[in-house]
Amino acid sequence: MSDLLSVRDLRVDYETPAGPARAVNGVSFDLARGEFLAIVGESGCGKSTMLFAIAQLLAYPASQVGGTVIFDGVDLTTLTPEELRRHRWRDFSVVMQSAMNALNPTMSIGAQLADVCRAHTDWDDAHIAQRCAEVLAMVSIDPAHLKSYPFQLSGGMRQRAMIAMALLLEPKLVIMDEPTSALDVVAQRSLMRQVQTLREQLGFSVLFVTHDMSVVSHFSDRLAVMYAGEVMELGSTRAVFDSPQHPYSHGLMDAFPSLLGAPRALTGIAGNPPSLVNPPEGCLFAPRCTQVMDDCRTLHPELIDDDGRSVRCHLIHPVVRR
Amino acid sequence: MKALVVIARALRRAGAFLRRDKKAAAGSIILFILLVIAIFPTWFTPYDPTAETFTPGVGLSWSHLLGTTSFGQDVFSQLIAGTRQSVFIALIVGFFSTVISVIVGVSAAYIGGWLDDLLSMLTDVVLVIPTFPLIIVITAYLKNASFWLMVGVLVFTGWSYGARQLRVQALSLRNRDYLLAAKARGESSWYVIVVELLPPMTSLIVANFLGAALYAVLAASGLQFVGLGNINTESWGTMLYWAQNNEALATGLPLWALAPGIAIAVLGSALALLNYAFDEVANPALRPVTRRRAKVAA
Amino acid sequence: MTESILSVAGLSRFFRVGGFRSRGILHATDEVTFEVGAGEIVALVGESGSGKSTIARVLAGLYPPSAGSITFEGQPIGRRSSRRVRGRMPMVFQDPFGSINPVLRVGHSLERSLKLHRSDLNASARHEEAISLVERVGLTPGAEVLRRFPHELSGGQRQRLGFAQALASRPSLILADEPVSMLDVSIRIGLLNVMKDLRDREGVSLLYITHDLASARYVADRMIVLYAGRIVEEGLTEEVISSPQHPYTRLLMSTAPDPRLPLSDDASVTDLGEPPKVINPGPGCRFAPRCPLAMDQCRASTPAPVSLSPTQRVACYAVTA
Repeated sequence: MSDLLSVRDLRVDYETPAGPARAVNGVSFDLARGEFLAIVGESGCGKSTMLFAIAQLLAYPASQVGGTVIFDGVDLTTLTPEELRRHRWRDFSVVMQSAMNALNPTMSIGAQLADVCRAHTDWDDAHIAQRCAEVLAMVSIDPAHLKSYPFQLSGGMRQRAMIAMALLLEPKLVIMDEPTSALDVVAQRSLMRQVQTLREQLGFSVLFVTHDMSVVSHFSDRLAVMYAGEVMELGSTRAVFDSPQHPYSHGLMDAFPSLLGAPRALTGIAGNPPSLVNPPEGCLFAPRCTQVMDDCRTLHPELIDDDGRSVRCHLIHPVVRR
Repeated sequence: MKALVVIARALRRAGAFLRRDKKAAAGSIILFILLVIAIFPTWFTPYDPTAETFTPGVGLSWSHLLGTTSFGQDVFSQLIAGTRQSVFIALIVGFFSTVISVIVGVSAAYIGGWLDDLLSMLTDVVLVIPTFPLIIVITAYLKNASFWLMVGVLVFTGWSYGARQLRVQALSLRNRDYLLAAKARGESSWYVIVVELLPPMTSLIVANFLGAALYAVLAASGLQFVGLGNINTESWGTMLYWAQNNEALATGLPLWALAPGIAIAVLGSALALLNYAFDEVANPALRPVTRRRAKVAA
Repeated sequence: MTESILSVAGLSRFFRVGGFRSRGILHATDEVTFEVGAGEIVALVGESGSGKSTIARVLAGLYPPSAGSITFEGQPIGRRSSRRVRGRMPMVFQDPFGSINPVLRVGHSLERSLKLHRSDLNASARHEEAISLVERVGLTPGAEVLRRFPHELSGGQRQRLGFAQALASRPSLILADEPVSMLDVSIRIGLLNVMKDLRDREGVSLLYITHDLASARYVADRMIVLYAGRIVEEGLTEEVISSPQHPYTRLLMSTAPDPRLPLSDDASVTDLGEPPKVINPGPGCRFAPRCPLAMDQCRASTPAPVSLSPTQRVACYAVTA
């Protein structure tokens, strides 16, 4: 079966007074049907921008300047807005970061869910009402809350309502942009479990963006680590966690204090992310890398795949000189 | 010495800002010219504006650039002389109005509680009073209002709108952590208001000033037009009054009426242009969007 | 037991909420009692609604307490804490982007602090001290950093500045209200190490307020766990981490995201993480509605903290029975 989503060489620029900033620099990956891919990176690495580019939601000053996004055989970047609309929500939906901002505070939950149904289907009112109650039950919210307003629900409930909204039309792909960042630990865990259960029931793929990789560590199939607009490492979650290859991934894993084992001193990663308007020559991580070599400063490394594990690093895949 | 450095820096920043924004540049140039005329009218008046010695009813001509009135006065000289009152009233009313708005708005927001309730109620009451009828009533009662009286009336009716705006902005800034941080390190309330709270509000305060000045120009001219100003002083509004009373338009002396009207419009536009420019400074979302079609590579 | 710097007894802070019809009392913090000694880092751990930020703000003098007493360096603190106390117990805020005035240079607030609290220094000595302060928290070159505007510094740099600011008044205790929560993960460690440095090199105590157990474990000597405005557990860090007593602490431990911890069948299968009821709470234990060990007694009255050992206390009928 072919992949559900194929992103090839995606490039996104942001207009700034100092010139265009390359927020996403040639990202490529595939997402299989039913797969959960987590994209992990710190602030400014371009992960949210990339997500919006895939969902065709970019707005000025960001614009896609290169690459293709092939969803189920169709290149989304070539569609007209009208054609795109037919795919939205039926085939892929988006769960935003802060439900508080994404939900209309002046409309009841039920009204907003019904709104989505009416925009994308021609169901009658009875069917809509039934479906809305169904999705709320799926995310453990009492359907009586169809009449509630967002401010009457807790943060965790609002986020689950967003997920319910995303599942209304049983899409093949749900894109999630840091849906757990505003939640407390217990609510976070509960939400992730919920997503997992729903995936088992409905079989959709998930593209999940977060800055906190420990949130997805038990739930994602594969993990991509992004830095300065590029994918630095990509592989199965367990493999990347247990033996990170790229120095940045390694530094990131190491920067999490743990509750297990003996307490030990940690150092984090020194320095700051590079300017996206004037990126350095060669590897974008070189200025901060503890294992930097000469090649790193002059030659930009490619993302090279090795049996399902891709790394963008001269250390792992040295430059071949003849 | 330090003050000079600060002023020099502020002027340099202002210069850079004006170069960047055409609207601000246009507005400031016009305002600057009008200010010069207002302060030194005698540099520009070819004749004594009150002298009624010229041939009445003359139209556009070399000796009388804008013609003469039906009393034989030179319109151009009158226009120049009248600049002072109009520009000064704009700036003075703008200033006092803004000072009161800032004091009322910021105190209400920062101190809160019963003071906020009291000041807000006061602001709302003054805001709701229909200003023009009120101005007319007051000035009619006081007959031939002097310059300062008119300033007083306009300030009284003009401060409330700004107070409301500034209160809202101060409220939104009030709970910023940096104000709490200032309090937490032991600063007095005065210090917090003046040094930490007001500076980020500068754009809005300046915008308020310009808005109040604009309001003052139009209101003052309006008052003088209906004869409630001191009709014996030189100002654009009184020129309109006299022109209207002598049916300038009907008797073939349109410039007598048009010139002051256009002058008022020019001053108003200068203030409005500067106001737009400051709006954009305060709210980046209003800046003009330069869209460039990005080419999607194959 | 080391000399006590801060002693909080029965501290409560209530807020009136609701309009004219639905009057309610929000128990932001309720009868909280704890101590912080010299040269130690104590972590106040809790989620939203636990009252940890309220405690910090009351201690920082931003709100007066509704009940209870605060004793600092042996002296009780009245309703309005003095400037001297503000200098000895400064606060570091959570938001690196909101806690510094954006229109003033970075050195400004630092020099103000020095002016207010170090009257022994003249203007040039103040400047020298300001440079030394920023360099002690890892921002170099100090003189250049002081001249910058906040937007020219990164989030991590701004938080370091927050600590430099706190150090300016030669404090004995720094209140750190979630200082790393809004920073990127790879930057957090740097700040946590600064905090450890402050304790080890400068002998400053810290009250570290956080929702993240793992970072609390990394820096703190002792931990206090809060739920719905009350203390539920207290002990040495390693004690609490290795053998949590209170059911809520156990819940936090099992749901804390840690890739090295295997995903067990934890309570989040049924517990949705709903926040506790702090407005007009009933008489019973506030964790009872979610507690797997809840008994009748738990719903009837609120358990007070009971000492299990010289260092460990728990507020739970099921444990102390």
